[in-house]
Formats: sequence, structure tokens, C-alpha cells
Amino acid sequence: MHQWDFASVLDNADVFAVGALGTLRIFAICLVAGLSFGLVVGLGRYSQRRVFYWPATAFVEFFRNTPVLVQIIWFYFALPILMPFSISPLAAASLGISLNSAAFSAEIYRAGIQSIDRGQWDGARALGMSFLQAMRRIILPQALKRMTPALTNRAIEIFKMSTLASAIAYVELLQQAKLIASLNFNPIEAYTAVAVIFFVFLWPMVQLTYVLERRLARDE
Amino acid sequence: MTILKVSGLIKRFGGNEVIRGIDLDVEKGERIAVLGASGSGKSTLLRCLNFMEMPDAGTITLDGKLVGHREAELTLVRQRIGMVFQQFNLFPHMTALGNVMEGLRTVRRMSKPDAEARAERELARVGLADKAAHYPAHLSGGQKQRVAIARALAMDPELLLFDEPTSALDPELVGEVLGVIRSLAEEGRTMLLVTHELGFAYHVATRVIFLADGTIHEQGTPDEVLKHPRRERTQAFLARHKEFSL
Repeated sequence: MHQWDFASVLDNADVFAVGALGTLRIFAICLVAGLSFGLVVGLGRYSQRRVFYWPATAFVEFFRNTPVLVQIIWFYFALPILMPFSISPLAAASLGISLNSAAFSAEIYRAGIQSIDRGQWDGARALGMSFLQAMRRIILPQALKRMTPALTNRAIEIFKMSTLASAIAYVELLQQAKLIASLNFNPIEAYTAVAVIFFVFLWPMVQLTYVLERRLARDE
Repeated sequence: MTILKVSGLIKRFGGNEVIRGIDLDVEKGERIAVLGASGSGKSTLLRCLNFMEMPDAGTITLDGKLVGHREAELTLVRQRIGMVFQQFNLFPHMTALGNVMEGLRTVRRMSKPDAEARAERELARVGLADKAAHYPAHLSGGQKQRVAIARALAMDPELLLFDEPTSALDPELVGEVLGVIRSLAEEGRTMLLVTHELGFAYHVATRVIFLADGTIHEQGTPDEVLKHPRRERTQAFLARHKEFSL
């Protein structure tokens, strides 16, 4: 029977704190980059014009059908061989997670935009609005509301995907747990602590999305 | 003075030719009622006039200037031709006032106080000054359509297109919308109106056009077309409409 000993973990709270900061940093970067680039790709997927549609579609298909972990490792180990510069673990992991999130969120944006009644386009265009004006003022505000639950799910995914960055030794929670486990020979406690920390971060976030969903459903 | 001149207009959807060569001159101050069975091309004709649908052939001249080639120009044309839809197409995330202000703010780049003042005037004109802060979800069908009319009027259009503006309304709400349209007619506004309200067409229109199979089958004064139709299909259409009238 294992004797649980969390003292060795608590002693290393500062190490976890550094890891938590790293996790939050990559989460913030990937959330902003992934969801905003996803909007651009989503608009491309929605476009009738081939010059926009085909590259966006190729992008989505490629990044949806390859594992994020492979992308992160590829950006970190393979890209610097092809290019005349090296790349930091943060940059490589951010690229992989952001591009993957962009591909998935693009489909959320496309579906959300498509779900808006054609009459809304008619109403906007009849006033003399350009495509971009109609999109910005009329279509997106309504579509974003419908997309909120799906997009918050993406955010939660991104948060959890950040642990993949440990594969290239980016300093985040899981990476720090590895470090603590190897120094104190307490993998059970160290990795349990990581799971608990993630739960403590994510559970309130998920509850918030439930509240948000109910609110939006009421407004409809 | 001819505001709008349409010639040889053709519109196809897939292999289906919906508008088959329509010529039409709209004079300033004219009120043209467009009648026809469903599928005769009434709505498509209207939607081609402000390029909500791109015509496949033919020309449209607005105030003597040939229009309809560049997208940037189409948005300008649509600012000058107002349109009111069967399903209102109000923006549900904006109040009644916000709906009426939207074109002024986003398209005309008018300042907020100016747009607000203008929008309030337009809402008052359609009798909805007290509903300015209401969202469309909290308005009746008739009120929604009046907001939609105010929204179109705010842009000061030279020509107004009404695409079956009362067809989606409960019968008891039709009157308030027709009342607003009649008051616009009395102001001398130029308008094209696709409608099934024959009585309204008779009393308000200066000209009636009967469409069949995507062509103008018969046209003339309301008295000529509605009371003394010369052609068989017009007669049959009117007979069907009168079958259950009191």
C-alpha cells in the first residue's frame, strides 16, 4: 500500500507556481492566436471565392487530421533544420496548439455564420452595407452568441492541450511535475497534484460556461 | 422624369428562367403594384432592381446612369433604393431605434446624435416613437414591419421596394402596415409594391402590372387591370382572388 505523502509536493509549491504561470502564458497566447486566426480561416471556409475557400479548406483538413503533439515536435525539431533559425519551446508549442485550435474553431465560425438566417444578409445589404460591414455589424454579433458554448469548449481544450508542450520541455505544470517527481521520487503525488491543479482551474471555468449557456438560451 | 429604366431584364436560377425579358420605366412619384401568381417572378423582379439578385442579362438605369457592374457601385445603388421584406429582416440584436440608426451610422457614417434624432423622427412617422427602446422580439408583426419601413426611410431612398410587406402578418395587423404605406404614397414617394392586397393596389397604386411566367402579361391603371382586365390569365387570376371575397 502506497503511503501518500503530499508534503514533498507542497515543499515544491514554488516550482508548481512557475509551471502554472507557464501554463497560463501558453494558454493566453494560443487562445487569442487560435481563436482569432480561426475566424479568418472560418471566413475563408464560408467564402464563395475559390482563392479564399481552397486554402482555408486545405488548412483545416491538414491541421484537423494530424496530431497536435506531432505538430509541436515537428515545429521544434524539424522546422529549425529546414529554416535558418531555431525556435523556442514556447513558440513551437504555441504554433502547434494555435494552428490546431484555429482549424477546429474555423469550423465553429463557419457553422455559426451559416446558421444566421439569409434574411439578415438581405436586410443588411438592402441598406447598402458592404460584405464586411454586414459581417461585422449584423452577422457576427448574432453568430458569436450562438457560437459561445462551442468556443468556450475550445478554450477548455486549449487549456488542457498546453500540457503537450512538456514534450519539448516547455516549463508548464506537467513539465514541473516531471521535474519534482524525478528529484523527490514521488511521481504519484506530483502527477496527482497536476491533475488537481488543472481541475481547480478548469472546474470554475466550466461552471461559468454553463451559466453563460443558460443566459444565452434565455435571451434567444 | 424617369427614375428607373429596366430593359431586357433576364434572371435564371440554374436552368430555370424566372424573369424572361422585362422592360419597365418607373416615373418619379409613380406607385406601381406588381401582381401575379406565386412563381410568376414578382419577388425576383423586385430583388433584381436593387441587385439583391444579379440579373443575367438586361440593363438597369438609375437617374439616367447605367448601373450594376462593380460591387462598390451596387452598395451605392442599394442606398438609393429602399427595400422592405415580407419577413421584415429586422436585426434582432438591436432595438427598434438601433435598427433604424444602423444604416445611417454604418453606411452613411452619420454622427450618433444626428442618427439618433433622425431615427426617432422616422419611428414617429410610422407611429412607433414609444417603441424605440424595444427589441424586435418584443414587437408585434405589424410593429416590426413598421420599424422595417422606418429603417428603409431613414436612408432617404429615391425609390421604395415592398416585397409582399403584409403577407407574413396576422390579418388584424395588415391594416396598420398598409396605413403607413398609404401615407408614404400620399407624400408622393415613388414605390414598387408586390402584393396580394388587391383592394389596396386598386386604391393606392397609379399603375398595376400583372406578371405571368416572368414577363409583363398586362399593365395599366388599377381600373383597367383590376376592373376590366383584357387578357385571360389576368382575368383568371383575379377571379381566383375574388372567389371568397364578401
